[in-house]
Amino acid sequence: MDKEYKRMLKKFFKNPSGVFGLVLLIFFTIVAIFAPIIAPPQPSNQYEPYMMPIVTWSPDPQPPSKEHPFGVSERRDIFYGVVWGTRTAFRIGLIVTGVSTLIGLFIGSISAYYGGWIDEILMRITDIFLSIPFLIAAIVLTTLLGTGLDKVMIAMIVFGWMGTARLIRGNILQAKEEQYVLAAKAIGVSTPGIIIRHLLPNTIFPVLIQASMRMGSLVITAAILSFLGLGAPQGYSDWGAILNYARNWMLGAHGEALKYWYTIVFPGTAMVLFVLAWNLIGDTLRDIFDPRLRI
Amino acid sequence: MTAYIIRRLLLLPLVLFGITLIVFGLFQMLGPDKLLSAYINPNLAEKLSPEEMEKFKDKYGLNDPLIVRYGKWISSVFKGDLGWSLVGKEPVLDAMKKRIPFTVELALYALIPVVGVGIWLGVAAAVRHNSPIDHFIRIFAIVGWSFPDFVFGLFVLMIFYSVLGWFPPGNMSLWAEEIFKSPAFKHITGLPSIDALLNGQFRVFVDCLRHLVGPILTISWLWWAYLLRITRSSMLEVLRKDYVRTARAKGLDERTVINKHARRNAMIPVTTVAGAMVIGLLSGTVIVEAVFNRTGIGSFIATAATQLDYASVMGGVLFYSTILVLGNLIIDILYAIIDPRIRLT
Repeated sequence: MDKEYKRMLKKFFKNPSGVFGLVLLIFFTIVAIFAPIIAPPQPSNQYEPYMMPIVTWSPDPQPPSKEHPFGVSERRDIFYGVVWGTRTAFRIGLIVTGVSTLIGLFIGSISAYYGGWIDEILMRITDIFLSIPFLIAAIVLTTLLGTGLDKVMIAMIVFGWMGTARLIRGNILQAKEEQYVLAAKAIGVSTPGIIIRHLLPNTIFPVLIQASMRMGSLVITAAILSFLGLGAPQGYSDWGAILNYARNWMLGAHGEALKYWYTIVFPGTAMVLFVLAWNLIGDTLRDIFDPRLRI
Repeated sequence: MTAYIIRRLLLLPLVLFGITLIVFGLFQMLGPDKLLSAYINPNLAEKLSPEEMEKFKDKYGLNDPLIVRYGKWISSVFKGDLGWSLVGKEPVLDAMKKRIPFTVELALYALIPVVGVGIWLGVAAAVRHNSPIDHFIRIFAIVGWSFPDFVFGLFVLMIFYSVLGWFPPGNMSLWAEEIFKSPAFKHITGLPSIDALLNGQFRVFVDCLRHLVGPILTISWLWWAYLLRITRSSMLEVLRKDYVRTARAKGLDERTVINKHARRNAMIPVTTVAGAMVIGLLSGTVIVEAVFNRTGIGSFIATAATQLDYASVMGGVLFYSTILVLGNLIIDILYAIIDPRIRLT
């Protein structure tokens, strides 16, 4: 097993797009960790560092300048929002992916291991959850819970576990009849023991790949909800929310809106690169794991 | 296969039952007080005494248990009554009837460039494996897939509307809307742009198309990336197969080999993702309609959700889920037709 992982790591570092994704991800991690140094909150803002400081009273966006390198949108400093928004993006992505993957693993492995009517019921429930378009389900649940980033995360978790459940179920069904599982059963290992100690470690790798690929799309969905005004509160450092400010300038001002390019370009680029990083890493891992799908 | 289709169709109401039960159940988290706001003006509600509030709750059955209320809702659905839409200020069914054509039109038109260009790019990349064109298309695919649709939509608005002034947001221009809503305008197919042509209103037709270009471009961009990746990898696999080598060996020209022998077989895995695409196109309309200020069923459900207008949301969910389930069924059937090795049982 150890050797296998080493071989995979070697392959990963031979793949330029994977390495590029990793570099991007490390860059974002550094920005997130050192956010208080890169964009220090004002003393008045010390206790709520995630709120973007109001820097002007004029409602018009202001182009990048020395004090505000990314410009000003809705009276707030875009640079500050983009830097602290990195933390928001990581938080949303890691929590939602982590928790929904765990739920999926739980439901999928129970379904596969026990089979029979338990499997039937759990899989029909999965089908029903899959039949509600994800974005719409997320919109509805977020509003019902009462808007806010934590509500966005809960909504995405509730409707985000099904892919993992199906994937792990299929994998376990294949592995269930293998000799090592039968052997473990024969020497009397308990059911949770078999699932956690034997089945999951041998079937989990595709789930991890899927999780890393999902990370990007989840951050996008969260941004969409913020963009629709359901997510982050006014002034919170969140890329989707900052992009929402820009919408008014795009729709309103015919022939003038290019003047306000910075209201879209900076937060938009941050988001694209963040998603790209996760997708490149997930893609490379998948190539290594399943060379048939290599593109 | 007929038996399979019938069984799947029979399952459809069951799935819809489950979906509506979940969504309806979710709305009950609001509690009777908030649910009451769907019936009476909130300003008025503040002046009401607690007893009067209770009376209203009883009147609208808000104090009944969940099952009773769900039963009432579903029996009125069977009568064709989806309730009153706060957002549309008319019955939900009428509000939806007005908006669905714009969304369907968008999704249908988007399907043409998405499928056509996506597959074409994928085949082009696979045939020129490891050439500069291939590398370029691959980079396009991965960057495109990472580009959130609403960010892309904002860029499209910025360039094509703000700078060039070509493709404005909205459904259609004001003057076109006047013609569209006038009694003389006959609604034949339901699709606004096609109806405009059938009515001989060529200018309205062009106006509709102008408003569609931006949203279609936005939807296509994302799905090109997705589709071309799958086409490319499937095509690469097929091109290595023995029957392709045989076709080449017997002296067929390259175009016949690619188009007749390789591409057809490479399409089989592509159809499997068509399901994901239907879901994606549908969900895509929600966000694209919001970005481009279009009134359609997608923006309708988004606005309804933010205003806790649950009758409208339930209607929208019903619409989207039905399409989704039917779409998946059609894809399964297509899959069996394309690949006769697959038996539907």
